[in-house]
Amino acid sequence: MDDVTALTATTLAADVRAGRRSARAITDAFLDRIAATDGAIGAYLAVDVDGARAAADAVDAARARGEALGPLAGVPVGVKDVIVTRDLVTTAASKILAGWRPPYDATAVARLRAAGAVVLGKLGCDEFAMGSTGEQSAWRATANPWDLARVPGGSSSGSAAAMAVRSAALTLGTDTGGSIRQPAAFCGVVGLKPTYGRVSRWGAIAYASSLDQIGPLAATVADAALALEVIAGLDPRDATSIDAPAPALTAALDRGVRGLRIGLPREYLPDDLDPDVAAAVARARAILADAGATIVDVSLPHTRYALPAYYVIAPAEAASNLARYDGIRFGARAKDPADLDALYARTRGEGFGAEVIRRIMIGTYVLRAGSYDAYYRQAQQVRALVRRDFDRAFAEVDCVLAPVAPTPAWPTGATPTPLDMYRADVFTLACNLAGLPGLAVPCGATAAGLPLGVQLMGRPLDEATLCAAGQVIERATGPAPRAPWPPRGAA
Amino acid sequence: MKLLSRAEVDELAHLARLAIDDGTRERLRGELGAILEHVAMLGEVDTAGVEPMTHAVAMTLRLRDDVPGPTLPVEVATGGAAVVADGGFVVPAVIRE
Repeated sequence: MDDVTALTATTLAADVRAGRRSARAITDAFLDRIAATDGAIGAYLAVDVDGARAAADAVDAARARGEALGPLAGVPVGVKDVIVTRDLVTTAASKILAGWRPPYDATAVARLRAAGAVVLGKLGCDEFAMGSTGEQSAWRATANPWDLARVPGGSSSGSAAAMAVRSAALTLGTDTGGSIRQPAAFCGVVGLKPTYGRVSRWGAIAYASSLDQIGPLAATVADAALALEVIAGLDPRDATSIDAPAPALTAALDRGVRGLRIGLPREYLPDDLDPDVAAAVARARAILADAGATIVDVSLPHTRYALPAYYVIAPAEAASNLARYDGIRFGARAKDPADLDALYARTRGEGFGAEVIRRIMIGTYVLRAGSYDAYYRQAQQVRALVRRDFDRAFAEVDCVLAPVAPTPAWPTGATPTPLDMYRADVFTLACNLAGLPGLAVPCGATAAGLPLGVQLMGRPLDEATLCAAGQVIERATGPAPRAPWPPRGAA
Repeated sequence: MKLLSRAEVDELAHLARLAIDDGTRERLRGELGAILEHVAMLGEVDTAGVEPMTHAVAMTLRLRDDVPGPTLPVEVATGGAAVVADGGFVVPAVIRE
């Protein structure tokens, strides 16, 4: 029998609609794949076997009745644990939400289900999406399927690892400073961070609300485009969701890059860039030029200030957002507190992990009277300058090509200080500060077989150009392979 | 490297309602100091006359019509709480006799 789990989401949905495969058979194959791989990989925090089978059976029953099926009919998906799922335990990888079963679905999840997708379970991540390695989880770290001794990237660690080993056909992640794109690059899959406001944040557990976006991780650019078409669009429940026409991404996939001007920002290619990463960017540049794009050197002069601006703004918003975890309305609650203040402080001190506490403390510092102007207001002004850099570049070019992360995936435990980890976000977080769409697409591998990715960033709402250019790179390098199973380095 | 004082860390922990132990306090003095030292480079940027950016996309936030809609039933809305009584969340006594 053929290996169903090797197929793309686009193919699986087409097969289900045409009656070539049943949704139930596909779902069972992916549940088997999870059972075989997840002991070693640790991508999943919860697997909903009964719910997945019931959803698959419902798709098959709808087809048997002759009903029209949705664009993701029978496609098994995994959902990052910071995105709420009705009655399916959702913890944001935090002790403070241990065992919490949300009473509603996030809008993105509801739209996936309405399109026929089958939710397999919840995927591991850094606690509250704060981290770049997946190691900041209260429950379990996720291994990189390409080398179990290395991190999968983060914070959407499980979403990327599950795609690499195809224990899901499509996954949802969130991206606040690179949390979709960086793990996608580390795991050799496609990751698409939409324009801020493109996808409703209703049901995305808030980290930094002016930066957070939900987006897909996928085996191919076409799958990511299909997923974004399904989840994008105005949502009355998210006042920041943009009232724009649904993006026609799959229709734009084949339009190529002939005639496009693509910028290469010099600040993203420092002399000390990892040689493998630099080679991947050079390869992508050559592919795009061969396909008819004009490559133009551009400058984004405030790039070096994006990192400190982000690490003021994001913690400030986190400190505010995470005030809701008070031990009273949901989640964990400290035992036998002396009074209300002790209930708050002990619940939070016991419930949050080290990185979350650091960010809440930094956010509290920069927002308090006396440091607000020097830190928070200054960071918001620098943010405006970062955006202005991009606006000026986009007057000259249609999108920019850059690395995703400064290095390929590094060994587990190799980021000893918080700042070391923060620096891994240096090429991804400007995109969030500016609210732009960004696409990470695989582009070759190191000599040791670690995946390499490149990043395309575009104008607001112009995910279509990114997908078209991304597909040019994908076609030239060949579709990203699945991680080998059993994995390299396993006994 | 910059170190925050113990009193500064304690003040932040109080403002953020975080109970931390002595070991965590000592660790945070250096970690927070290093992060604050790094972000201080923002001060190098000339931002005179630059309007702070508070939102990624220029838009007017929509207001919904003021019309009652369906809401979660009380038992569902309180279903995730650790301690509930009579349809309400239970908190420790706020006023003592």
